[in-house]
Amino acid sequence: MSETVTGRGGSEEASREETVNETQSERVSYLRAGHTLRSWFFTTDHKRIALLYLISVTFFFFIGGMAAGLMRTDLLTPQGDVLSNEGYNRAFTLHGVIMVWFFLIPSIPNVFGNFLIPLMIGARDLAFPRLNLLSWYIYWIGGLFTLWVLLAGGVDTGWTFYTPLSSMFANGNVVMAAAAVFVVGFSSILTGLNFIVTIHTLRAPGMTWGRLPLFVWSHYATSVILVLATPVLTVTLALIVAERLFGLGIFDPALGGDPLLYQHLFWFYSHPAVYIMVLPAMAVVSELVAAAARKPVFGYWFIVFSSLGIAAVGFLVWAHHMFVSGMSMYVGAVFSFLSLVVAVPSGIKVYNWTATLWKGHISLDPPFLFAMGFIGLFVVGGLTGLILAMLALDVHVHDTYFVVAHFHYIMVGGTVSAFFGALHFWWPKMTGRMFSIGWGRLTALFIFFGFNMTFFPQFILGYLGMPRRYHVYDPQFQVLHVLSSAGSTILGFAYLFPFAYLLYALRYGKPSGDNPWEATGLEWTVPSPPPKHNFDEIPVVTREPYDYEVEKEGGA
Amino acid sequence: MSDFIQIWPGQASDYAHSVDLLILALTGLIIALSAPVFILIVYFAVKYRRGHKADRQHPMNRNVWLETSWALIPFFLILVFYVWSTGLYFDLHQPPANAMEVQVVAKRWMWKFQHPGGQGEINELHVPVGEPIRLNMISQDVIHSLFLPALRIKQDVLPERYTSLWFSADKPGTYRLACAEFCGTDHSLMGGSLVVQTQADYAAWLEQFATDNTLAAQGAGLFRTLGCSGCHESGSTRRAPSIHGLYGRPVALSDGSTVVADAQYIRDSILLPNAQVTAGYPPIMPTFKDVVDEEGLVRLVAYIQSLGSASPVLPQGVAAGTLAPQNLAPEGTAP
Ligand code: HEM
Ligand SMILES: [Cu+2]
Ligand SMILES: [Cu+2]
Repeated sequence: MSETVTGRGGSEEASREETVNETQSERVSYLRAGHTLRSWFFTTDHKRIALLYLISVTFFFFIGGMAAGLMRTDLLTPQGDVLSNEGYNRAFTLHGVIMVWFFLIPSIPNVFGNFLIPLMIGARDLAFPRLNLLSWYIYWIGGLFTLWVLLAGGVDTGWTFYTPLSSMFANGNVVMAAAAVFVVGFSSILTGLNFIVTIHTLRAPGMTWGRLPLFVWSHYATSVILVLATPVLTVTLALIVAERLFGLGIFDPALGGDPLLYQHLFWFYSHPAVYIMVLPAMAVVSELVAAAARKPVFGYWFIVFSSLGIAAVGFLVWAHHMFVSGMSMYVGAVFSFLSLVVAVPSGIKVYNWTATLWKGHISLDPPFLFAMGFIGLFVVGGLTGLILAMLALDVHVHDTYFVVAHFHYIMVGGTVSAFFGALHFWWPKMTGRMFSIGWGRLTALFIFFGFNMTFFPQFILGYLGMPRRYHVYDPQFQVLHVLSSAGSTILGFAYLFPFAYLLYALRYGKPSGDNPWEATGLEWTVPSPPPKHNFDEIPVVTREPYDYEVEKEGGA
Repeated sequence: MSDFIQIWPGQASDYAHSVDLLILALTGLIIALSAPVFILIVYFAVKYRRGHKADRQHPMNRNVWLETSWALIPFFLILVFYVWSTGLYFDLHQPPANAMEVQVVAKRWMWKFQHPGGQGEINELHVPVGEPIRLNMISQDVIHSLFLPALRIKQDVLPERYTSLWFSADKPGTYRLACAEFCGTDHSLMGGSLVVQTQADYAAWLEQFATDNTLAAQGAGLFRTLGCSGCHESGSTRRAPSIHGLYGRPVALSDGSTVVADAQYIRDSILLPNAQVTAGYPPIMPTFKDVVDEEGLVRLVAYIQSLGSASPVLPQGVAAGTLAPQNLAPEGTAP
């Protein structure tokens, strides 16, 4: 079914001769199935595509990170010495666009979802392997547009593209930036579709819905959002371009449009999109917590339904971004209430993870430290979300650094920590090599402390009344800004560490064995790295997920 | 705190105190809800760390009652805060009928304020202490947002649509005023100050910057020079409806619907006269779109407002409200 284009496996010149003891598994793994560029760029193997994505999103993470570094340096002084006002605006716009659409949204689903979903459900590939490759190419077309915008001087609308600023006033490359996001949306839609069909049709015999790993459930919920919400963004961006290029009056009231319509459409996509960014992170953490404690996850079905609940209610809260936009106060009251409701399933997950650790055999290896870091930071982010959902409080802190801190706690503290947790947890599976545990632990700690030092002061800044997207600020805020910039230096270096020791492990790391963390899950039953078609024989599943005790007794 | 690092913003109104109380109380609840998570994770990680002996006997991994209660109890506690905060928000959207009205025009990148007596100022807003002030705001270009941190309030300022914000400052002083909605290049420079003055100081300030005409009188001048009076004031009401007593009254439109003649309606009628035509009149009024700017519109509205209305209409809950005309002239009277 998923026949690949890499028929050239025969020309096997052991190009990695120097590698320390190439293991038997490695010799027959997906990594060695073809060495040509062609065998990578035209692969339909979900595992190779996952690696292509890993390299791609990492690339954009660093470009986005450089923009952030520039901003934090600039904010060291109230008048901003590095950039011009316009330059600063372009820096935060690119930072936002790249981080949201080219890192956070594709990060966990397209790298780890791609790699793991077929392995976890006992399939040889995704349902549509070629479509999978196509979404990577579409991602890069969008990515190249973005890089073009960058080289052409940037864009100055903020990642939110509010009208009529974006459609009639901004003088950057708005059309090209909108095109980039427009295009990359199709990549999201195709991936979501692929995951949904795969999870429905390719589960191994015995892999009932109740036996699906929570990772898969959460990606299922994510995919539903991807497919339902992204088209709204696509249409909205097309309307901006129509207004900007042809003067079609849709959003600009001067042309007869409605200035708030854009915000409704944008947040109708973008609030669910924040859950696209966090549900996969929750997916990872559910796996990691169970593996850390070597215990079944507490309240499996509660976690499953909280993912689905988030996906559903997440569509009904968008106007909490608009409490001061001039809409009716009754609308505000309804959306405030619904926003409090959507916090409930998130709370359920956190309490369940905590309960899972109770009486476990808790490992403090790097992936699990990242997972615990995630829980801590996500809790702070989620609970400050409650503050923002309260109307009278949001009126004060809306569009201030308080909001900036809130969503960074969730999207950087949460999602990025989970991304690193996943990277450390499944790195041995993906590459067959174990990295330095000591360095991993150190990195997890540095990221946690660097993060808090960077973003905690921003809550205070926000409540003091420091608006977001400010290049020049009142000198009373300087101390907190300097603190934040100092923290971001630590954070930035901590993000660089894994580069060194993970890549080092590729060559000099010890072979990891099939199941280095002694975790459950089908992905740990295949060799590391897995062979090209995952399973020699499609497994028959007879066990509940996370049946840790049972496995210990069987001595498997 | 100290001068070196401030961690709590100054408060210039009762409302600001209420908001602070709300956030402190809610933060208390939040800490109570999250402390168990933080404490238990660390405690478990130490007590049950791998290889460490501990009692790990436990019943099954399911407890519906526990699950339900830890979802619902926090939720109900939070609902108490929901009611509290929504109440404050509703207050913020219902200006008292006797509020003094200041007109605000935002444009990239400055704030213009017009006092009822005709005094205008840029990036600085002088208001008397203890008196309810209602800002009637509109933007000349993109969306801005007027942010007054010391009062804990902000409101977006939209193009072509009036929004409003009201407050009553009770502590004289100078406070920051900022634009909170990103509006392009010099967004971060679009700020200034809110100067809250004693009644006497404010009266003196008004005196010092007094102009020959009140805002309404300036509007009356425009009404004549722009030629509006040709149709609307010609003694007969055959060509055009009279504007006397129009403000705040329901108007029957030619399409059979009815609207209330508030500031927004009057503004729209000047710019897009044929969108809403008064029943019984031909659609002959030309648009004044390119003739009159946002500040001119503010004056015209003030003039029409000053011509009175049968009864003041205060739409409930919507951002654009109106006020009784007798409050237009600042008497300097303390409430
Ligand atoms: C636990 C439930 C949550 C609640 C009740 C909540 C509430 C809110 C509210 C009310 C705002 C608007 C604040 C404002 O602009 O004034 C907001 C902003 C935001 N939230 Fe959350 N939030 C929650 C969880 C999340 C999650 C899980 C994410 C991301 C994964 C997230 C990401 C964001 C982002 C990106 C923004 C700001 C976007 C912008 O203005 O640029 N939030 N949140
Ligand atoms: Cu939201
Ligand atoms: Cu602004």
